[in-house]
Order: sequence, then structure tokens, then C-alpha cells
Amino acid sequence: MTEEEIKQGLIDKFNYLQDKVAVKRARRLFIEVSMDKFGEVFDHAVKQLNFSMLTTITGLDEGERFGLIYHLASDNGIMLNIKTSIPKSDPVLQTITGYFPSAEMYEREMADLLGINVKGLPEGNRYPLPDDWPADQHPLRKDWKSDVLDKKENQ
Amino acid sequence: MAEEKEFRIPIGPQHPALKEPVSFTLALRGEKIMGVDVRLGYNHRGIEKACEERTYIQDVYLVERICGICSHAHSTCFVQAVEEIAGLEVPKRALYIRTLIGELERVHSHLLWLGVAAHEIGFDTLLMFTWRDREVVMDVLALLTGNRVNYGINTIGGVRRDIDKEEIKEILKAMDILEDRTKYYIEVATQETTVVQRLSGVGILSCEDALRLGAVGPTARASSVARDIRRDDPYAAYGEMKFDVITDDHNDVYGRAVVRLKELLESFKMIRQSMANLPEGPIAVKAPRKIPAGEAVSRYEAPRGEDMHYVKANGTDKPERVKVRAPTLANVQAVRHMLRDRYLADMPIVVAAIDPCFSCTDRLISVNDMDKNRTDTLEWQDLRDYSIEWYKKRGVDFSKMRKLK
Repeated sequence: MTEEEIKQGLIDKFNYLQDKVAVKRARRLFIEVSMDKFGEVFDHAVKQLNFSMLTTITGLDEGERFGLIYHLASDNGIMLNIKTSIPKSDPVLQTITGYFPSAEMYEREMADLLGINVKGLPEGNRYPLPDDWPADQHPLRKDWKSDVLDKKENQ
Repeated sequence: MAEEKEFRIPIGPQHPALKEPVSFTLALRGEKIMGVDVRLGYNHRGIEKACEERTYIQDVYLVERICGICSHAHSTCFVQAVEEIAGLEVPKRALYIRTLIGELERVHSHLLWLGVAAHEIGFDTLLMFTWRDREVVMDVLALLTGNRVNYGINTIGGVRRDIDKEEIKEILKAMDILEDRTKYYIEVATQETTVVQRLSGVGILSCEDALRLGAVGPTARASSVARDIRRDDPYAAYGEMKFDVITDDHNDVYGRAVVRLKELLESFKMIRQSMANLPEGPIAVKAPRKIPAGEAVSRYEAPRGEDMHYVKANGTDKPERVKVRAPTLANVQAVRHMLRDRYLADMPIVVAAIDPCFSCTDRLISVNDMDKNRTDTLEWQDLRDYSIEWYKKRGVDFSKMRKLK
């Protein structure tokens, strides 16, 4: 399947994706989808469109919301980047380790660095911050500066 | 069996069997590994955060330092993403030079791996041999770029150094030597009984498991997974290179050794092609200081597997977000799987067989002060000041170098 065929197929299947699928260049598709529709689009991409690799998940601090990009790849080199977002006031996410066991580390990384609460992760160590790192400090948030820790201590 | 017979052995974060800090806690029953608990993050340096606070051109040098072994992989992956956002047409000659350096890097990395693997199975003669031969490619890299590691060859819009006819002659000479040596190592690896017997049937990863667990690079290819970004999603000059994607169906450490050795021969092919077909012309185009808003995903087949960078630009001279996924992180699940139900003595070689690179995987320096019971992070400037002070106390004053910043 070519990029355009995948794009058309997605729009035919989910009509709310009209204007939300972009082929940015050869082998690079970007989709934007709201969190309530994310599950079905993701499931379709993995199970029906054979995007069988999860390269990683990128978390973005967008001010009021957290942006999430799930970078999926297929064997013919096409990458499908599914973008969704969750409110920063209630940053909860369901794990996708049921689809991709390798997502565990990527999700833990988002939990530590952005403070996203990923539901359904298996028991395990945090990653990548130290065990005694303060629970309310998330370095990849835009308002986080490294001197926060010193200030906290001097209080 | 009674549960109380199971006991736990911590290996790492500092351990003679490990080349970098990582912590494995193995649940053992006798010699058999029943469960594996992996703790990563000891090398986390906050590079993604640091990238947001620096300009694009500074970031090229920063991401290059994610890893000492595959530095070119990271810098290429990053500049490719930035060039895509900025819409830069990189000159062909630059793409060929990137490919050439990329393959030379793979040669040094695979030879390094062979030495480490030989060491892990107690075959130190082979370690000495491979690391001696690796110097040949290190010299070539130093000749072309001025550095043995962190080549600094990439810049946004192209490369920083051209190569001339004299250098090409040197490279060709070196490739002949290394090809000879590699053929000899293939003989050693496939015929020497101590190697074959020690590596066969160890660290089993079936094709189905490799796919399910998302293994990448030689680890996946040794389980018959024919995935290689150079062929599947070509970048630099790989679209014009003739090469084979090496796979093997042994599904074990032996297979991983064979894949890496045969990949060396493919690398020599590509190095020769890139020099024979090196296009004439400029080596770089001028890049703007401010990159227009946009985003791009860049992929690169590093020696250890797929490296991926996501860059988001916001129209300023600093990126909004840089996300790095290095290959080792993708192989962690596979290692866990390979160790389970195996013997403790196999642990070092099984871990070594994915050619782990935890510096790539972890990116901040975090300091635990047990006495004061505090945790702190050291950022670039703090580290710099710390090192200047450290040397000053010992009579060396580097403080004048601040001006260079």
C-alpha cells in the first residue's frame, strides 16, 4: 500500500479523519485524532494496516495539554505518526503494552519526564530518573528549570 | 518446588561483567534464571531537555555526544530531521560523505563488538586481534574527520569536511586490509569450536518473539527478521547503494555474531561504492539560523539497530522538542526474554550480544548525596564548572577556556 492509499483508506474507514491525515513526504504520514477516537484508529493501524512496529512515543508539553505522538512503522518503511492529546489537569493515559511490550520503557519515560499517569503498566522500576527523585518534578515540562530542586531544599 | 529456594542476585549498576552502568536483578533457582528485573537510567543526562535550551547548531554537537560509539548515527539522524523541516536540499556529495562515515563507523563498532563478545567468553586473544585491527578504521576516521570518535563531520545542510583523492587511496588500502581480516574472523567465528559451542543455543530469541518484542538491528536480523532502515526507509545515499540485508536463522548469540561479521563485508562494499561514485560539487548549503515551525521524524540504521529522532521546530533558533529513541531501548525487552530460563553464566554474553549502549538509552547526570539525603541534577554548565574546579585544585587552570563558550 502506498502512502496515499493508506490515507484514503483511513478517511474511508473513519470519516472524522477527513483533513486530519497528512502525507508530509514519502513514507511519512501524520494523523491527528482526539483521545476518545484514538483507541480505534490505533487498533486499526496495528491490526489491519500492518503497522507492526512501535518506534517510540513522543510526549510534548503544549501548555494546557500534553501532546502524544505514537510513531508506528511498517515493514515497507512507511511511518504512521498518530498524534493525540490529553489535558494537563488530568494527565491519564491507557498503556499500549498489550499491543507492544516494548512500549513499557517509552511509557515509563513519559511518566517520569512529563508526569503522565499511564494506567495498566506492569509492575516494575521507574525509568529513567533515580528512585528518590521527587514525585512532583518532571524535567521535560516547559516550566521545569533545574534550579527548582535547590530552591525546594532551601525552603 | 519450594519458593524459598529462589534467591536474588544484583548485577550492576557497577559490575565487572558490564561495560556501562545498568542494573539487573536476577531471581535464581540454583544456576537457573527465573526472573529478570532491569533498571536503566544510570546514564540519563537530560540531553532532550538540554537540546530545547540550545540552538540547532549547538544541538548537532550535543546529540553527537549521546553515544561515543555511534555518534555519527545520532548527529546524522538529528540533522536530517532539521533539514527536512527547513526544506534544505543537501548536496549529493555531502550525502555520500555521510554514508561513507556512517559505514566506517559501523565497521569500527562491529569490530569493537566482536572484541567485547570474545572477551565475555574468555577468548581474549580474539579481543586483542580485533581491537588491533579496529585501529585501522579508527585511523581512517581520524584522517577524514580529525577525530577518532565524535567526528563533527555533520552540520545542518551538509558536511564540514571534503575528502580528496589522497584520502580515498588511504581508505581503499585500509578496506583491503580489513576485508582480509574480516574473512579470517568469519572463519574463526564459524569454525573455531570454542566459539561455535559457546555461542550456539545461548540467548535464544525466536523470530516470533523478536517481532513481538520489537527487537531491532543485528539482534532482530539474527532471528530472520529482515529489517534494515538503510533499505526500508533509505536516507543519505543508501538509496543508490547496492548491498544485501544480512539475516541469519540461528536465533542465538552465534547468529548475532555471524550477522555482524557478514555486515562488515557489506559495509566494505558500500564504502567502496560511495568513493567510486562520489559526486562532484559543494558539500553543504547554507542553513538558516532560525528554523521554520514544523516537525519531522528521522530514522537511521545505527550499528545496533534503528535510531530515531523526532524534532519539532517553533520558528526560533532553538527546537521546541527533540526526542531520541536509541536502539538499545528497543532491545531491552528482548534481553529480558533471552535471559529467562537460562543459566547465570550465560548472562554476560547474552547481554553483550545485543551490543548494548546505555549512554544512548539514558540521556542527565543525577547525583545522589547519601549524607545530605538529596538528589540533584548537574547540567552542562555545572559539569563544566565542576571539572574546571577539579583540575584547578590539581594545579591545572582551564578557566580561560570559558571564553570559548
